Amino acid sequence: MAEADAQTTGHTSTGRADGRAAALPNLTRRDEVRRKWLLVAPALVVLALAASGPLLIVLVYSFLTPGNYGGVVWEFSGEAWFKVVFHRDIFDDTLGFADAHLSIFWRSVKLSFLTTVLAFIFGFPTAYFIATRPEKYRGLWLFLITIPFWTNLLIRTFAIMEVIRADGVINQILLGLGVIEQPIQMLATDFAILLGMTYVYLPLMVLPLYASMEKLDFRLVEAAYDLYATRFQALKRVIIPTVKPGIIAGSILVFVPSLGAYVTPRVLGGGKHLMLGNLIELQFGQGRNWPLGAALSITLLLIVMVALLTYIRTTGNSEGGHG
Amino acid sequence: MAESVQPPGPDKRIRPFSVKRQTGFTTVAIICFVALYAPILTLVVFSFNAGESIANWGGFSWRWYEAAWANEQVKEVSVRSLVIASCASAIATGLATMAALGTTRTRPYRGLTAVFVVINQPLMVPEIVSAVALLIFFAMIKIATGYTGLGYLIAAHTAFCIPFAYLPIRARLESMDLTLETAAADLYATPWKAFRRVTLPLLWPGILAGAMLAFVISLDDVVITEFVKSAGQDTLPTYMLGQLRRNVTPEMNAISTAFLALSIGLVTIFFFLSRRRK
Repeated sequence: MAEADAQTTGHTSTGRADGRAAALPNLTRRDEVRRKWLLVAPALVVLALAASGPLLIVLVYSFLTPGNYGGVVWEFSGEAWFKVVFHRDIFDDTLGFADAHLSIFWRSVKLSFLTTVLAFIFGFPTAYFIATRPEKYRGLWLFLITIPFWTNLLIRTFAIMEVIRADGVINQILLGLGVIEQPIQMLATDFAILLGMTYVYLPLMVLPLYASMEKLDFRLVEAAYDLYATRFQALKRVIIPTVKPGIIAGSILVFVPSLGAYVTPRVLGGGKHLMLGNLIELQFGQGRNWPLGAALSITLLLIVMVALLTYIRTTGNSEGGHG
Repeated sequence: MAESVQPPGPDKRIRPFSVKRQTGFTTVAIICFVALYAPILTLVVFSFNAGESIANWGGFSWRWYEAAWANEQVKEVSVRSLVIASCASAIATGLATMAALGTTRTRPYRGLTAVFVVINQPLMVPEIVSAVALLIFFAMIKIATGYTGLGYLIAAHTAFCIPFAYLPIRARLESMDLTLETAAADLYATPWKAFRRVTLPLLWPGILAGAMLAFVISLDDVVITEFVKSAGQDTLPTYMLGQLRRNVTPEMNAISTAFLALSIGLVTIFFFLSRRRK
């Protein structure tokens, strides 16, 4: 890379060394803004067509009448939204809460929260450990975290399934040691889903945490010790506030996919312990109720948005709007 | 340096005081590393099992690899996965690089926040919701145009790959100020030349990281593919998901191990490539 030399020869610039100067010298502000928009436009078009736009269609679909064989009939109906929370008895028309739905909602939120907490408890020390290695080896440790992240989520879920099966490694070891007499039923429980999600999403916590910690200036920590801080105080008052953007990013990166998890609960939950993702899929498959599926999707989306906003607000992060 | 920051009071510690040490963190980190690899290693080991079971060891054998290799369907879905991931990550990285250039190193302009929201939207919206949205939207287009090719999958993958490619590129750009570009302009470089000779080489590690991330995210995707694919468009992950419903044989372990080897091979190459560039 001969061009990389530009980096070393670049310090000849004189008066304009203020790198945050708004524009290159010969551009007016207006030209600059137009150029920025032109650069952003193609990505926005693709995202509008294949990500944001379709979401609006989901919203529309949630107010339509289900077709007999899937799909929709273009007639307005609020029935789907009603069914998200309420359940009408087919015999006597009495109203009740849709317990099945609500318990699935609750399980999704609970397990996602616990996953985030567990991932943080294990991820924070791990990221810290990597960030405090000699610079030469950091890349290698990070590489070790990245490998599982690079491996397919389904494969990792499958690996967990093999380990916790009734005839899996854990049970066989415990049986062999005489700790238990009967294999512990771990598959098809909430615990299995929690374990699986923590396992598959852990790198998503470690990577942003590490990115923040790498830039951590340990002179600040040193200063804290000079001011008689204990290790825990230094951690709580200096390190954690400094790496807060990484904590927020990591938590969001873990919480959001957990809440919408589909593969992990399907493989580890044994078809009984559904989460929201599975409930939604059911409406588009056997349920043949696309509007209900759409309404549930929007509900999930709203929960995620509320979680994100609350999180941003409580942590008072001014950069929150970006992520 | 480390010794000069001894805490006050009688020091009973034997090892020198380290600013960086936190009690118990190393232990937790080691547990994490072991826990991350143990299940994967178990999976790999049992792919060489001679027996039918994925739990009881029956001796070493290649039989499940032979079975997977002879399986035409596995070959077909693997190739499809690679095609989609290559196309989607290439397009997404290009678009993300442009978008990153368009959103950094500038005074905030009107609409910038909205741009961030749209770009990061696939990260915020749960995958299942995106999948449902695309299922509905593409179903409408399929009826209107009759086209049922791989284009839908590539478009969907490109869209959700953009933020993953964008984030490392933007992070890299934000750590570069405009000094060097200004210097290039002072030396009569055209904007394009300054970009190609100054910005791009400095940005390259970010672009590479973005492309890596995009490729792996596309290859990894199950949910959106599962919903968007037409009949006969299984990718390797959706094929495997379908197989998990049935009786699982060590052939799954063999396929998984091969997939793992591919991913790890790729990441190793990128790791050493990006090291050399420093």
